[in-house]
Amino acid sequence: MPWAWALPALFFLVAIHYVAVAAGAWYAFTDWSGTHAGAKYVGLSNFRQILHDHTARTALVNTVELAVSFVVIVNVVGLVLALTLHRTLKSRNVVRSLFFAPVVLSPLATAYVWSFVFDYNGPLNAFFKAIGMPSAQTSWLGSPTWALWTILVVLVWQFAGLAMVFYLAGLQGIPDELWEASAVDGASTMFRLRRVILPQLAPALTVSFTFMMILGLRVFDQVMALTGGGPVDATETLATQVYKQTWVYGRFGYGAALALVLSLLIAVIALVQLVVFRARERRL
Amino acid sequence: MFLTRYTWRTGLREVLLLLVAAVWWLPIYFLAVGSVKPNEQNFSSPFALPSRIDFGVYSQAWKGSGNGTLGRSLESSLIITIASIVALIVLGSLAAYVVARASNRLGNGLYLLFVLGIILPFQLAIIPTYSAFRHIHLVGNYAGMVVLWTGLLMPLTVFLYTGFIRALPRDYEEAARVDGATRMRTFVRVVFPLLRPVTGTVAILTGLIVWNDFFLSLVFLSGTKNVTLPVTVYSYVGVYAAQWNLIFATVVVSVVPMLAFYLFAQKNLIRGFTGGIKT
Repeated sequence: MPWAWALPALFFLVAIHYVAVAAGAWYAFTDWSGTHAGAKYVGLSNFRQILHDHTARTALVNTVELAVSFVVIVNVVGLVLALTLHRTLKSRNVVRSLFFAPVVLSPLATAYVWSFVFDYNGPLNAFFKAIGMPSAQTSWLGSPTWALWTILVVLVWQFAGLAMVFYLAGLQGIPDELWEASAVDGASTMFRLRRVILPQLAPALTVSFTFMMILGLRVFDQVMALTGGGPVDATETLATQVYKQTWVYGRFGYGAALALVLSLLIAVIALVQLVVFRARERRL
Repeated sequence: MFLTRYTWRTGLREVLLLLVAAVWWLPIYFLAVGSVKPNEQNFSSPFALPSRIDFGVYSQAWKGSGNGTLGRSLESSLIITIASIVALIVLGSLAAYVVARASNRLGNGLYLLFVLGIILPFQLAIIPTYSAFRHIHLVGNYAGMVVLWTGLLMPLTVFLYTGFIRALPRDYEEAARVDGATRMRTFVRVVFPLLRPVTGTVAILTGLIVWNDFFLSLVFLSGTKNVTLPVTVYSYVGVYAAQWNLIFATVVVSVVPMLAFYLFAQKNLIRGFTGGIKT
């Protein structure tokens, strides 16, 4: 075996994944400021600070709220689209392409189009006015209540097509006989969905839920484009806080601690979800 | 609901779905017409087609302001994306070939080492990588970005290649070896051409990730002339606040190459994303 062929790739892998992750975890326990001054070990002090810092706590809550609601909604929308578009419709191929297109577009760039949609003088408020509901007009991006949910809308818009494609791939694996047999038996739509289709889709469900959960917990671009974290921290997430604390305020040690919290959050939630889903897959 | 016959109810469902798809594309419509409309019309009548078409903002956006201009950052995005794809394909396919063809413990161990990289948290890795790169002058230039992406996306690349090579029969390679070809020659002439489908998937997936990235370019390239398109769009919005036609023009430039590419390579792209499900 020409083992040497694997060495360059191995070098990049070890340097940027293993060594860097280990170094990042170490920095989380230091007061490093990113300068040459060096880093001093400070124990759990960074993590204590995260617990006491109002912005960090808000960011943590926002991240979880946003990710969980995103995962649920994007999968429901994706599943409905996939079931509708699986067969029969004449325009199914065109419509599939239309829904999938946002997935490939720059999240930052497209989020700016949405910030126009949500602008106080923008199309959404113009629409509410036109249908005779002027009281529904509000400053979507400037309101602490609504701003976080505008980000949710943009996320669902961008990634529902990806969930759809995951489920379409799963549906293709269902043998024709199964569809027909359950149709002939006269089973109701809901019954067939729960007892025939969902069990067959179990692997697709696992993949889609895990993938979307990780995407949701890491949300960064959309926040930066739509609100920049405001108004008054109302849309800060862990990823935006990692960026700001580290590169805007130069608190590398504290930023690393936030990154460690985010990494553990992703690992724990994704792992719990994976175990639960795999267990259900086996029972079905 | 899941019958295969086409009834009037299916027709109704079809019309409804086309309506939803139209609403889904409204933002893309705003983007397309918004960039060629006189700016005041974006607010007075956002849904209407432009009264006159004006491409003037494109030349203004192209020239830009301050650091990155649109033209320059288009170039940066292209260079970084293409160089990263090439590096990943060359180094990744070689490594995966070794991993896939070594059926002993060492091969399996290597595979695990590579694939575990997929789940290692990159956000934690970026902070020390940034300070190390600053020491060795890899911050703010193309070389640094290519090194960064090659490392970050190597696990995904090796994962995709290894799966494909494992399913590939060894007959061709063995025939070439019997004919006296060296290992490297066999790989370049026989194996690599057979990998074309998965090379396509790797190029598309990694290219998409690199092209659309905002976070890493913001951290590693901000303040230099080498910023990529998303960072330029981000800084333009700061400068041209509320001049939506200009902002839209910059967004169009960063989105159109991907959209065109999508129309061209749609099947391959979707296959790349769903590769993990068909077990």
